[in-house]
Order: sequence, then C-alpha cells, then structure tokens
Amino acid sequence: MSMNSVGRPTRPEAAADANDYVHPTLTGARGLLQDEALIFELDAWDKTGVDLPDAPAADDLGDLVRTSAIGLPGLSEPEAVRHYVRLSQKNHAIDLALYPLGSCTMKHNPRLNEKMARLPGFSDIHPLQPQSTVQGAIELMDRLAHWLKTLTGMPAVALSPKAGAHGELCGLLAIRAAHEANGQGHRKTVLAPTSAHGTNPATAAFCGYTVVEIAQTDDGRVDLADLEAKLGDHVAAIMVTNPNTCGLFERDVVEIARLTHAAGAYFYCDGANFNAIVGRVRPGDLGVDAMHINLHKTFSTPHGGGGPGAGPVVLSAALAPFAPTPWVVSHEHSFKLVEQAEGPAAQAFGRMSAFHGQMGMFVRAYAYMLSHGADGLRQVAEDAVLNANYIKARLSDLMSPAFPNGPCMHEALFDDAWLEGTGVTTLDFAKAMIDEGFHPMTMYFPLVVHGAMLIEPTETESKQELDRFVTALRALAGAAKGGDVERFKGAPYHAPLKRLDETLAARKPRLRWKPVAAAPLAAE
Amino acid sequence: MLGVIGAESIDELFVDVPAVARRAEPVDLPFHAGELEVEREMLGLSRRNRSASEGPFFVGAGAYRHHVPATVDHIIQRSEFLTSYTPYQPEIAQGTLQVLFEFQTQVAALTGMEVANASLYDGSTAAAEAVMMATRVTRRNKAVLSGGVHPQYVGTVETLAHAAGVATDRLAPAIDAEDAVIAAIDADTACVVVQTPNVFGTATDVSKIAAAAQAAGALLIVVTTEAVSYGLLKSPGEMGADIVVAEGQSIGNGLNFGGPYVGLFACKEKYVRQAPGRLCGETVDAEGRRGFVLTLSTREQHIRRDKATSNICTNSGLCALAFSIHMSLLGEKGLRQLALVNHQKAKTLRDALAAVPGVQILTPRFFNEFAIKVPGNAAELVETLAANGVIAGVPFSRLDPAAGLDDVLLVAVTETTPDADIALFSKALSKVLAQ
Repeated sequence: MSMNSVGRPTRPEAAADANDYVHPTLTGARGLLQDEALIFELDAWDKTGVDLPDAPAADDLGDLVRTSAIGLPGLSEPEAVRHYVRLSQKNHAIDLALYPLGSCTMKHNPRLNEKMARLPGFSDIHPLQPQSTVQGAIELMDRLAHWLKTLTGMPAVALSPKAGAHGELCGLLAIRAAHEANGQGHRKTVLAPTSAHGTNPATAAFCGYTVVEIAQTDDGRVDLADLEAKLGDHVAAIMVTNPNTCGLFERDVVEIARLTHAAGAYFYCDGANFNAIVGRVRPGDLGVDAMHINLHKTFSTPHGGGGPGAGPVVLSAALAPFAPTPWVVSHEHSFKLVEQAEGPAAQAFGRMSAFHGQMGMFVRAYAYMLSHGADGLRQVAEDAVLNANYIKARLSDLMSPAFPNGPCMHEALFDDAWLEGTGVTTLDFAKAMIDEGFHPMTMYFPLVVHGAMLIEPTETESKQELDRFVTALRALAGAAKGGDVERFKGAPYHAPLKRLDETLAARKPRLRWKPVAAAPLAAE
Repeated sequence: MLGVIGAESIDELFVDVPAVARRAEPVDLPFHAGELEVEREMLGLSRRNRSASEGPFFVGAGAYRHHVPATVDHIIQRSEFLTSYTPYQPEIAQGTLQVLFEFQTQVAALTGMEVANASLYDGSTAAAEAVMMATRVTRRNKAVLSGGVHPQYVGTVETLAHAAGVATDRLAPAIDAEDAVIAAIDADTACVVVQTPNVFGTATDVSKIAAAAQAAGALLIVVTTEAVSYGLLKSPGEMGADIVVAEGQSIGNGLNFGGPYVGLFACKEKYVRQAPGRLCGETVDAEGRRGFVLTLSTREQHIRRDKATSNICTNSGLCALAFSIHMSLLGEKGLRQLALVNHQKAKTLRDALAAVPGVQILTPRFFNEFAIKVPGNAAELVETLAANGVIAGVPFSRLDPAAGLDDVLLVAVTETTPDADIALFSKALSKVLAQ
C-alpha cells in the first residue's frame, strides 16, 4: 500500500526551539545513535573486504575491457558490519513496536519462514536447471497454488506476478485477452471507486484503459446506482478492493458482481486486504473473476524496507485459459512446469517476467500456511478484525471515526474533523506519534476522507501492546485538544532527524553521491 | 475486548458479509502444525531438489551462482531492515534511505550512467519498464530488440509493450549480431534493445549502435543479465547507452529458483523524470542536517494515479540491500578481481569443452558464459548428463523452442566452480557423446 502526500505540507515549518527538547551534542551522535557517513566518504577506494584467488589479466577481449575507474569503495568486514548496523538503528521496524500502517499489513514475520527459505534445496537451485532435478520445488509451487485456490474458492492461479501491482497488471491482461477472444475487444473502460489504491488506475491506464470513477455512498461503500449507471457495453472491468480501503466490507458485493457480469464486464478484486477475511470468506463465492494476493501481507513474508513482495493472481473459470506462462501441471508421480504456451494452452496472454515468480516468497508463505492451517488462518482474520474494532472503540470518543456506524474490518479509519481548531494537522499528529515510539498510521489515504488516518494493528498485536498504543494516542489527542501545539508542529523531536525538506529534494534532485564535493544543500 | 467493542461475538464483526458467503467452518485444508512438523515437511520437499553445491553445475542464462559473503545474510536479517516498510516516514527510516542512496550511487557507477533508481522487481521487468519509458521520452511507438536479448526478457517486454499498444520488432536469435538492430531502426523507433554479454554470452561494443540509434532520434537500451561482468567489461554508459537495465542477482543474492531478484535501472539524468520506480534523494532536515527522502514521487502511482510513469509500488528493497552490502565488501578492487576469476574459469571451461570431439564453441567473445554446439539435441543431452550427476547448462530450446537451435547449449561458470568440476563435465560429456 502507498500513502498519498497530496495536500500535506512537504517542507518543515520554522523549527520551534528544539533545544527545549534535545541538548545538542558536539559530534552529531546522540547516545546510541551514531552519525554515519556514506561509504563513499570513508576513503576506502583501494580496499576490499573479500579474499579472492589471483587471476591473470584478460588478454582476449581487446577494447571491450574496462580501463577507467569505476568508483566503488571497499569495506573490511568489521567496517561493513558497523556501517550497516549503525544505519539499521535509524529505522523503525515491526520487531520494535506496533506499526499501524493501514492497508500495508505490518504483522510479525515468523522466523521459521526465514529459516526454511534458506534451506539449500530452495535457496541454491537454479530456475533453469533440469525439471527432473527440482521436483520438490515444483511440487511446493503446486501445493501453494492448491492452498491459494482453496482459500479463495477460485479454480486457477497465476503464481508469477512479483508484487501486488504486478498482479493487478496480470489480472487486467487476462481480462483483456478474454474480451478479445470473445469479440469484446471494443471494451475500453475500467470502473474503480475514488477510494481505490493508486495502483488500480495506474495499472488500468497502462493497459490502455480509460478509468472512470464510481461514486461512494455516505457509509463508505460503492454506490450501486452510480455503478449501474456507468456500466455498459464499453466497460471491460470493475476494480474494487474488498474489504475496501476504508476498512469496510462491501455489503453489496454479490450485487456488484451480478450487475458487472450482466453488463458483460469482469470483476477484478484488489486483494490487498484479503488478510481480513482469509478462512472466513472465499472471494470466489462473491463473484470475483480475478484477485491478486499480496503474499507479503496476508501470508506474512517480510516487507524488507519496500520489497520484495509477491502477487499471485487467482482467476475464475472464464479467465483461467488466458493465464500467463509458466504454470504447474501435476502428473501421478511428477510435476511439470509449463514454460511455453502450445496447443490448447496457446491462449496464455504472455509472460509476466523471466523465470517462475518469487520462489523465496512462495517458500515463506507456504511455511506460514502449514504453521497456521485452515483453523489458524481463519483466526488470523478474526483477530485482525477484533484488534481493529478494539482500537476504533477505544479512540472514538476522542477522535472522529470516518464511518462510526457498524463494525470495521481489519483497519480503523478516522478523519481529521476532531482536530479542527486545534492548529494540529494529520501530518503533525503522525509525526508526534514518532516521538512516542510508534510508526505513524497511513495518512491522507484513502482520498475520500479528509485528513485520513488509517490504522491497521494486525492480528499479531497482544491486547497489552494495543493498550500501550491506545494510551499513547489518547495522551496525544488530549495534548492536541489541550493546546500543546508546539509538541506537534516541531515533531518529531526524538527521531534521528527532524522533519525533512521534501520540496528541496524534488526541486534540486541529488540522486547520488558525486566525487567532487558539492556545496551542502540548504533550504531556500 | 468484545465487551469494549460492544459485540456479543466475533461473528457480529463480520455482519456485513452477505449470508451466502459466510463460512461457518474452516476450509478443507490441514489444520495448524508445530514448528517441528513444518520444518520436517519443508525439509522433505527441499531434499527433492538437487542444489547447485551438490556437484558439477554450469547453469546461467540470466541467473548466476556466486559466493555471497556470510556478512550479507547476517545484515539483511536484522529486524530493522527485514521488518520495516517502504520509507514513507523518513525521520525513522534513514537507515533504509541511506542504503538506497548508496545503492543508487553504486549502480550508477557500475553501469557508467548518471543516475539510477532504487531498484525494480528484476532484470526482465526492468527491461520492459525501460521500453515503456523510451516511448514516453521519444513519443514514438516501436521497440527493436536484438536477437541476443534473453528470450524470456523478450517475452516480458512483449507482454507489457503489447498491453500498452507499443509495437515490437524482435530480430531472429543470433549469437553475434547485436549490430543488426541498426538496419531495423526507422522513424517510428522509440528504442533499440541490445544485450551485452548477450544470452549466448557474446560481449559487444555497442558504441556504433548508440550512435546510430541516437542519430535516428531513438534511445539505446542496454540489458545485462550478469552484473559481475561490469567488473571486467566496458560499461554501457561508456559506450553511449541512454538507459541501462540489469539483473542484479549475481551480487549479494542467491539463485532462489528464479526470485526474488533485483532489477537495476540507470539512465541519463535528463530522462529521470520519465523513469519508473522509486528514487531516493538527498535533502536536509529542519535543522539543516543531511538526510534522505523518496523523491520525484509526482511520477508515481500513489500521487499521479492513471497518469503515473508506471504502476510500480513495491521495489526489491531487501535484495537491493544485499546487493549493496556485497558490493561494499567487494569494492572496485574486489569486483575487478572477481570478474577476472570468472573470466579465467570460463576460458578453462572453453578449452576443456573444445577438446571434446563433436563439440563446437560458438561464442566469439565472452565473460563467464558461452554457447556450444553439440551433436544432436541439447535438451536430451542435459537430461542424460543430469542423470550422470552433471548439471550441464541450459539448452537454448528451453528458452525459445521455435528458434531452431536445438543443438545449442548455454554453459556458465563462476568463481564457485572448482576446476575439478570442469574436468568432470568434459569427461562426462565425452563419454555421453561417444555412446
């Protein structure tokens, strides 16, 4: 999931007197926090941290040989370890504290999955070695596919997409191929609610579709009347997230699917929030034709500071013949990876990437599935929903829930109406959370809610940690309403850095270190 | 907790789910299992795979088995890197952001380009993104691909290009003919895509292609699938490339049966506002201290939605970190040495295989991988050799069955290949071919 920064200030206001909060040090370090230079500033140009055998110069490549300097510093092992450990300590992480980024699903990543992904039989095998020598790997893909199909109630799955947005692309390409095969290639419109993730319209536009927005009702759901009015012979698909980005289940989803199918269009479901319903609801029972599953959300493969992810796409019977290569076919005693679409399978729309998908993520996700089982996965959804509703209940008297009536699903959405008149914005509030030891929630998304604050606690938080979080937020809300504006405007005071000047970064892009020392950037 | 919420049961929280879709019972899959049981099950599956370390192994064609220092895996498993999200709150993500800034600088230096992004999914999707970027820069609508581009990269480019209505002209697979793209450039050509070393291992000076493409108003996109080659071969930037895309797996990342990998993406600075993916840039905080943020995000889907340069949200952060740590340990000195060792090993393999009756070396200039012609069907030969304990390489027909190159085998070595394994390979090959 992503956060939108439209409408929020991207440049810090004049700092309040920071020294009220932090006494400056002489070195730039602050206790355990070291001030760490770039590797390019360590004068390590002629060093290396590896020990390699000697080899003669290449005398057979003539002018192809690189003679100019490359410009890469080398660190010894202790230098490298220290550099990266120092840097690591400037990151917030789920292992440190609750990380309530709505729509991103920051849950605990079981370490067993890391151990399994490192078994040499998974980590040290090549995608193009003979299939007879990787039968266990192909069987694992087949089993993962079986779990995904069973959990979603869908007959087919394309495993190869590398992330959620890549899965969206895969789903829309299957839809396009199906329309073209059925003489419906003239359908060039995709309908999506205003509350959709940015990837939805971006993906649709990429496929040459025009995106038309569907209105939303006052209770945060798709407006059926507006949907019906906009459906027609020109519509290829609708893209609806369910549970949606407001953290609500689309009550009318069965009717949405019926109307969509009656108009000859397909129903693409953004499965980013599948973690809220896994084991309790099968999207196949709702009339969905295609849905990506973010293995890094629902099945807890680590986010790694922004990837890698994995985005397998489950497909309905109508779309299954158009799935991209490769796929797995199981025989009685063996498994085959089909890499070329031939004969009756030739309707495949193509290939999403080289090789077979994010195998390292498949191993982790499958280990997670085996650990949790059908019963445990159901409880994942239940606990995620329970925790979000608990937070919503505990904060609703101080903050303003965007949709107060009825339960939410796995995330609680608040607007900024409660901050009116305090001089504190959603951004300020988020930055003050950093000082209290928590990562901010997703803010200013979804776009349909003013100053949105989207809180997703996930199922792996204990009641004790939830209470710690709630206590901190209640204290902050009290401070905002009590006029302690200073606490918010200059926040964060206790992070490695104060607010950063994003405007300056965009106006004078400095995207790499350069050997000739440039003048330090300074705000204008 | 239910009491605080004011609900009688968990089921009440799912009240918005239509009755027809509510499942009273778990789905038909096994129930939960303990860590010991899961480990046993996974170990069983893993043992039915023959890992590269088990014996002679010569597979490349876009993924390469290199030695990764133990430090790399130790650091990428630190909680602060492993379990953090995209650095959207820069004040508490300077660790990830500084790594990305260093990574971008390393990639720019390696490829010889002015700027690089914070990584894409892998080399093949990076190639597809580069083609789409070239159409935006030139406002033209056709891509010409050489016969040396990895066929699965071609497939990936075609999928994305055709989805977006961009035409592709892919030349027939050829071992040493990157220059042939020059004749295919016309007024509609947005870009030419060439690969060096190409899928057959052939290294090419692409300067002439760069000049021809640019003279015709098109961009040159250079693809590299073996990033270690940058330690020995002239960089694409030095040869005039406009955009460079590469698979970065070779540095810091294991084979992992094909993923996750890390796509490297670099270009000339004047095109950066059309680039896909995340970019990390330098700035200052409210007290004037240096810091880093994600920047130029007005190109991206979360701001621009249907006008974005790409739909990409996720990158390959942890794999980029692994790349950057390994690269920092190597340094320029270590990288050059590593590249030389690879090249020397390849020459040893070439000499060994050239001595096998019936085998012909096809690749004229190579880094650590080359193509050989074998008598008969290469795919069958690979299966026979696998049964004899030697994983011999990739039959070209597996990548492109329609090319009519059924007797072509791609073989690769790295610093991890002992000379004894090279001897075993040539011996087994001689024996099988003599039968």
